[in-house]
Amino acid sequence: MSALAHVPTGQSTGAKPPPAARRGRYRALPYLLLLPGGGWLLLFFALPLLQLAAASLYDPGGSLATGYAMTWAFGNYPDALAAYWPHFLRSFGYAGLALVLALLMGYPLAYAIAQKAGRWKNLLLVCVVAPMFTSFLVRTLAWKTILSDNGWVVGLLRDVHLLGPDGRLLATPFAVVLGLTYNFLPFLVLPLYASLERLDPRLLEAASDLYASPVRAFRRVTLPLSMPGLVAGTLLFFIPASGDYINAELLGTPNEYMIGNVIDSAFLVRLDYPQGAALSFLLMAAILAVVFGYLRRAGTEDVL
Amino acid sequence: MRTPLRPLTRRGLLTGTLGSAAMLAVGGSLAGCGTKGAQQTEAGCASEDLSATEKKLAFSNWPQYMDVDEKDESKRPTLDAFIARSGIQVTYTEDVNDNNEFFGKVQNQLAGCQPTGRDVMVLTDWMAARMIRLGWIQQLDTSKMPNVSANLLPSLRGRSFDKDNQLAVPWQSGLAGIAYNGKVTKELRTVDELLTRPDLKGKVTALSEMRDTMGLLLQSNGHDPSNFTAAQFDDALNKLKKAVDSGQIRKFTGNDYAPDLAKGDIAACIGWSGDVIQLGFEDDKIKFVVPESGVMLWSDNMLVPNKATHKANAEQLMNYYYEPAVAAQLAAYVNYICPVQGAQAEMEKIDPELAANPLIFPDDAMLAKAQVFMALDEKQEREYESKFQQVIGA
Repeated sequence: MSALAHVPTGQSTGAKPPPAARRGRYRALPYLLLLPGGGWLLLFFALPLLQLAAASLYDPGGSLATGYAMTWAFGNYPDALAAYWPHFLRSFGYAGLALVLALLMGYPLAYAIAQKAGRWKNLLLVCVVAPMFTSFLVRTLAWKTILSDNGWVVGLLRDVHLLGPDGRLLATPFAVVLGLTYNFLPFLVLPLYASLERLDPRLLEAASDLYASPVRAFRRVTLPLSMPGLVAGTLLFFIPASGDYINAELLGTPNEYMIGNVIDSAFLVRLDYPQGAALSFLLMAAILAVVFGYLRRAGTEDVL
Repeated sequence: MRTPLRPLTRRGLLTGTLGSAAMLAVGGSLAGCGTKGAQQTEAGCASEDLSATEKKLAFSNWPQYMDVDEKDESKRPTLDAFIARSGIQVTYTEDVNDNNEFFGKVQNQLAGCQPTGRDVMVLTDWMAARMIRLGWIQQLDTSKMPNVSANLLPSLRGRSFDKDNQLAVPWQSGLAGIAYNGKVTKELRTVDELLTRPDLKGKVTALSEMRDTMGLLLQSNGHDPSNFTAAQFDDALNKLKKAVDSGQIRKFTGNDYAPDLAKGDIAACIGWSGDVIQLGFEDDKIKFVVPESGVMLWSDNMLVPNKATHKANAEQLMNYYYEPAVAAQLAAYVNYICPVQGAQAEMEKIDPELAANPLIFPDDAMLAKAQVFMALDEKQEREYESKFQQVIGA
């Protein structure tokens, strides 16, 4: 701001600053504007991350009482992976399954709101966002009540023999995937909506004038144009879903525990900080790998 | 179509990642000095007592663990009476919701010998044992607490983590045993029946709290949970594993088993006396059983952490809550096992029915079977907890 305020003063006194210096000032401006955000990121993201990286290399033989020595114990990583690889697979499996379900529901929903809702558009958008007004925990606990063994949902499914007399929904993988799908759906729908809302319907008319079938028009026009939203939405959905542990904790049993539950218990219950830190980094690495692979396939350089 | 977003390219992502990795490498070498031990000694972390001049006390407890006035929930009769009598201003906070979570809250201060801002906190046996082991708890002056010395239940004296009863004073206690719903199943008497009876298959839950479940299993094998070997633990764990693998045990729970037991979704379980007694008030078919082989006794304990500056005030409060009349008034509200001898006689005056309830005032036969789980060192705790987690989890 000071650079901006200074310029008119210089002009009014008639002493024109040399053009090079003036350019220099303006050149510094973006960096000054970056300072608050960058400082925040450094202090609350980069430094804790460093601390975590260091903790993941502490001597695994250390303890809370004696402290942990830094021994560059890279062996913590293979050890953690060997002990908990099923939880990694399960996390990505559940998150992937939830993503597929969310896409099946979310894409038509976003399309309908963006293109067909007319004057109901804003109301429907509010409906998508409305559950966010209550806490994540409360929403998940509500599902616990809905899916309860004595609730009407399970009762109905038993009556129509979709579930055996002792069948249940709660405390099964189904409940966990359902919880993930429900809780992260808005993160998928909103970016998709933003993309689809800009879709010009005349393009679809043009496609049909050129003898494209509705399916072909969708594949060649709608889908490519919604790619930015689709990519952003799937990432916003998949990344938090694969690290989530609340749904597995509340709607599942230890047999459904995901990698987030293991990290939680390493830090809070078992007090094994090197292992907890190593698992956190492995999770980050795995998510980055998945995201890279996905972006490469989705060809984002063209669409983003 | 172009979007207003700045294009995110693979190259950009890659540069960002590499940059972060480089920063990590630099920072890693800076942070490469490890952490200091959390262990404290009495000499190394001495605390001052300002009780003589400051009539104050900060008391952290679990929610719904203190009697409140029926008409006005903001009034706490026993605590208010203490404040009026002693002139000590008590700041009562219900901020203990979970032992592990609370540990995380005070861990950094106590590990660094810093004040936590609390003079008394209430934690369960095993967490109390851990903090005592780490040297985080101040020794109490028993001469200032004659009521505690006189009235503490004999089963709670000389516990393995507090042999001389100078560190942890039980606030309330409870039993972990087995419970069943008589509407759904016939009588149940032993842990072995719970783990093997065919008609209970898939209708049994056990507690995810290792010390309670494993304590009962150790007892059912004829071993002593207050003093066992690693081999005995493994035996008991195998027994549990068999019941999990055969599908006998449906789930491991915290206290969320209670509604399921009431509804009859689960027929029998390992559970806590406090929950079952509540269910029993509404439905007398729900019964708590003290197995022949033994029952686990746990307590939530009042502890004075290092650097708490009102230890004498805290001792005065503990002494007050060990007056039988006060203990009875509290027990009538919270319905856990009252650790104070003589409170039963006082309870006769308040509510004779509660006074006769063995799950609030256990009789001698019941107490003779009650045991407290052994205090574990950090290595054992980690080893046993990991093994147990593996059986109840994946």
